[in-house]
Amino acid sequence: MSRDLSYAAVIARKNEIMKASLGIDFQDFIQSPIAFDYERMMRETGFSHDDLVRIQRETKVGNTPLFELTRLTEAVRKIAGPGKGATILVKDEAANASGSFKARRASISAYQAMIKGYKGMIAATSGNYGAAVASQAAQRGLKCIIVQEVYDSRGVGQPEIVEKGRACEAYGAEVLKLTVGPELFYMLLRTLEETGFFNASLYTPFGIRGVETLGTEIAEQVRGRYGKDPDAVIITHAGGGNLTGTARGLLQAGCNDTRVVACSVDLSGLHMASDIDFNRKSFTTGHTGFGVPFATWPDRVDVPRNAARSLRYMDEYHLVSQGEVFYMTELLTKLEGLERGPAGNISLTAAVALARQMDRDQIVVVQETEYTGAGKHHNSQLSFARENGIEVRRGDPKENQPGKSIVIPERLEQVWGREQDIDKLRLSYLKNAANILPAAQWSENDLAFLAADVKKTPAWVQQHMADLAK
Amino acid sequence: MSKIIKGTWVEIEQIVLKPEERAANLPEETRKVPYVLRVSGFLVEDAEMDTEVHIKTIIGRELSGTLKVVNPSYTHSFGNTVPELLTIGTEAEQ
Repeated sequence: MSRDLSYAAVIARKNEIMKASLGIDFQDFIQSPIAFDYERMMRETGFSHDDLVRIQRETKVGNTPLFELTRLTEAVRKIAGPGKGATILVKDEAANASGSFKARRASISAYQAMIKGYKGMIAATSGNYGAAVASQAAQRGLKCIIVQEVYDSRGVGQPEIVEKGRACEAYGAEVLKLTVGPELFYMLLRTLEETGFFNASLYTPFGIRGVETLGTEIAEQVRGRYGKDPDAVIITHAGGGNLTGTARGLLQAGCNDTRVVACSVDLSGLHMASDIDFNRKSFTTGHTGFGVPFATWPDRVDVPRNAARSLRYMDEYHLVSQGEVFYMTELLTKLEGLERGPAGNISLTAAVALARQMDRDQIVVVQETEYTGAGKHHNSQLSFARENGIEVRRGDPKENQPGKSIVIPERLEQVWGREQDIDKLRLSYLKNAANILPAAQWSENDLAFLAADVKKTPAWVQQHMADLAK
Repeated sequence: MSKIIKGTWVEIEQIVLKPEERAANLPEETRKVPYVLRVSGFLVEDAEMDTEVHIKTIIGRELSGTLKVVNPSYTHSFGNTVPELLTIGTEAEQ
């Protein structure tokens, strides 16, 4: 029997496809159009922390080095006020198999797919995650398909995305390379249905639990070396899984007072589904085009309920400009002898601004790096931007305009980024919830869920409900 | 026109959705173009360029589409040197 492959028909089969491809019945956790039992869903993955560590060790994931950036810390202290300038540490996640923290996320899915007897796994991603899934699938003897948004309608792709596709193929994956559009999800569903493979979605409990080890390792390493907890951990934020998993790990390790700081590249003004803007972003992830919508409504993803719920764990949200990140990427190379990819250096950029305001005896951790190379290099991205008519110059990064001009700071002093009002994001989240179910119909359980989901009290949510009606 | 031999590593193209079949709420510039897939594999039968063919992908799946590229390769690079980066973190800049 041939199935109807039209866009509407495939999307309508979403729930059954998801259930078959994940082995999770989300209905079991859903309590209302708003609330679901998040913690039980995470628990019922069935893995203890020790299991996660063991599974990851089998496939070359985790136990990555934590480095002190001594020369950068020194440089920040020179421009900071008296007594200011926290020690900056970086977790070198590029050391994972496939070169990024995403291996943590893919490893548990690959293990689950293997023990459940799936023949292969599929992920829809344009990022490092594809290479991670391919690398983990290879090690578990599974077939792998990556569904990737690569090109604009002229067939042109940003060098960084092209490189990410190449990496997937290098690890033995079949890569479905698509033009710009949200229909990537449709393509994912179609391919899951055709193959019966496991859905290695970025947003399942398996993926997010895999990142928890990043948080626990940071806690152990900082305590072991400095005899105290990290004061702040800065996390590059896009879909929310990196932040959610890391923060959960920190909490499991008892780092209750550690500030969890999100950071994204500010791409305000560029449309994420635009065929024209697609190649004017100069960043493929870690930007506000993902970071803001995913924070303010996590359940917009390829699974019915998202295990990555960033506002649940976020204390602050810092934005940085493209030029600032490229500057810091070059500075990391020259000062610290570490050549790493730009996306991983987004949080490094925010670390400079934060460390400058923190006391000298405090510790700020940049929690990831990623591999670099042809295409996936700041010079590649800047050269490509210039060829596409984007102005590239040195100057005051405040003049940076996404899609028009990339302004690389002249001095470290100019690296500040800016803080985003997180309460605004919380309210925007509540507004999105009210679009699903009117606030007047929220039960006590819904209120408690929403409060936990924005890291506030039910009273705070109630206080702001009146504003939602407006 | 020369024939491409069976077993050659090629790239095919497939129109997945025509403009009118695409998702709703797309920006104008995206809505007016088709949603296109490209994928590589080994050619199943001898064929000519720009004809409908079958390929076997690296994981052994059989897919069909228009034959577009023979021996698809990656040419992405580090790009042209961006001089604005050179002096960052050097003495020349201090």
